[in-house]
Amino acid sequence: MPKYMLLQSYSTGAGCDVPIGEWPLEDIRAHIAFQQALDDELRDKGELVDSQGLAGPDVAKTVVSDGKGSPVVTDGPYPEGKELLAGYRLVDVESEDRALEIAAQVSAAPGPAGVPIQHPVEVRQVMSAPA
Amino acid sequence: MPGEGAEDLLRTLAPQVLGVVARRFRDFDAAEDAVQEALLAAARSWPSDGVPGNPHGWLIQAAVHRLTDRLRSEQARRRREDAVAQEPPPADVADTDDTLVLLFLCCHPALTPASAIALTLRAVGGLTTAEIAGAFLVPEATMAQRISRAKARIKASDVPFRLPDDSERETRLRSVLHVLYLVFNEGYTSSAGGRLHRTELSGEAIRLARLLHGMLPSDGEVTGLLALMLLTDARRPARTGPSGELVPLAEQDRAKWDRAQIREGVALVTEALARGDAGEYRLQAAIAAAHDIAPRVEDTDWHQILRTYRLLERMTDNPVVSLNRAIATAMVHGPTAGLALLAALDDRLAGHYRLDAARAHLLELAGDVTAAVRHYDAAAARTANTPEQRYLMTRAARLRKSFSSTGPAAVQVPGGDLRGSRS
Repeated sequence: MPKYMLLQSYSTGAGCDVPIGEWPLEDIRAHIAFQQALDDELRDKGELVDSQGLAGPDVAKTVVSDGKGSPVVTDGPYPEGKELLAGYRLVDVESEDRALEIAAQVSAAPGPAGVPIQHPVEVRQVMSAPA
Repeated sequence: MPGEGAEDLLRTLAPQVLGVVARRFRDFDAAEDAVQEALLAAARSWPSDGVPGNPHGWLIQAAVHRLTDRLRSEQARRRREDAVAQEPPPADVADTDDTLVLLFLCCHPALTPASAIALTLRAVGGLTTAEIAGAFLVPEATMAQRISRAKARIKASDVPFRLPDDSERETRLRSVLHVLYLVFNEGYTSSAGGRLHRTELSGEAIRLARLLHGMLPSDGEVTGLLALMLLTDARRPARTGPSGELVPLAEQDRAKWDRAQIREGVALVTEALARGDAGEYRLQAAIAAAHDIAPRVEDTDWHQILRTYRLLERMTDNPVVSLNRAIATAMVHGPTAGLALLAALDDRLAGHYRLDAARAHLLELAGDVTAAVRHYDAAAARTANTPEQRYLMTRAARLRKSFSSTGPAAVQVPGGDLRGSRS
């Protein structure tokens, strides 16, 4: 079965442009409950490989090295970067259609007042290697 | 389920069997592999065929069989095998000694903590590589490699298979305790990832600490560590809320705490402290006990906790201890006094989310809601622990709500939203 990576960035969706930290408490709770339920559903169906959020860009570092001297380590990337990766789900599914269906569920996660965020979700197939 | 009983038995027997086989063959690395295979074979056959009359002997025989097969197939080792075959069987050494030798070996300071942990869980804990890999969320092949590198390291450093000499015993015991403490913490608050409790790991750490305590009952730090684990783990059922968020000590439903575990922990820490000499684990356990025996949060004896943190701070230069002392100070002398102490930690804990979280908490106590929200947000943006992040985020949201009638300025977390969605 093909594996797909569903990638989420910090970019905002048509349904919500307020960062989650500023939502009302009940909406944060509802959102978290939705994400947990979705992971549980995918796990029950035998489709979830991994689901992780990444620690924030505040604690991120970027490394560049020429392989000889000491590497250059800088703080960040600091966004501007709305396109910065925030987290991912790795799913193992029957078809691309199914991956797109899951991505649609992810995108419609509830935001403030339960309005779907319509967050863009990038769907990338994981390349397979010969066994 | 018959399988579960067999599994417990296997885990108990694992280090005893390994001790005997390693001693007989004088090759810890190969013996450990052979015992692991014997355990896997037993785990497959015992649940259906029934546990043999002498399970200990069954496992030794199975492991020796495998090891002999392997040695026989390795031409280069032929001579050694003959030598072993001619040797008289090893004297009956008490199993507990072997288990202790194994613990010292697997937690050898030459190993990195990550590999010592993995090796200890397999060789002493009797867990399979797959189980350990699962607990640490890494692929099995990666964990297998970590374990075999650890064994190669032990082999290269030529550590003898016996208890360390008196001269190095204290240092070696410290690294054993440290490894067990790390296993416990990994289970209790996983350093990354979505689930706050990986119960299996904390349970395993407690089991191993109990085993160690059984072998060294008069060591105050061993007793202290076991007490600390029990007293901390007792709160586990109350520590996570419905959204998987961390519930801080002050807000936990104390009726959910495990009373039996608290009683045992308190008895142990009392015994350890009665020994007179102090030690870090004992003092930490004393603090945990002070929290656990308070029927309500407002009954907490903060004077006692503050005194203990002062003692602890003298024994360690760990800035997190100083941070906790600042919080205890705030509880005794008011938030301003605590905030003053936190200010002194800006350099040593720069950028650490715990400093922001503690500051937010004390600012909230001091009534400075705007600043508290800012620091809760900053802490949430920096933590790598999902339940912790959920807690910090909801805490900020709650404060913001209570404040919104007076219209606070929008608080912008540097770095944008906290991962807009799944947290």
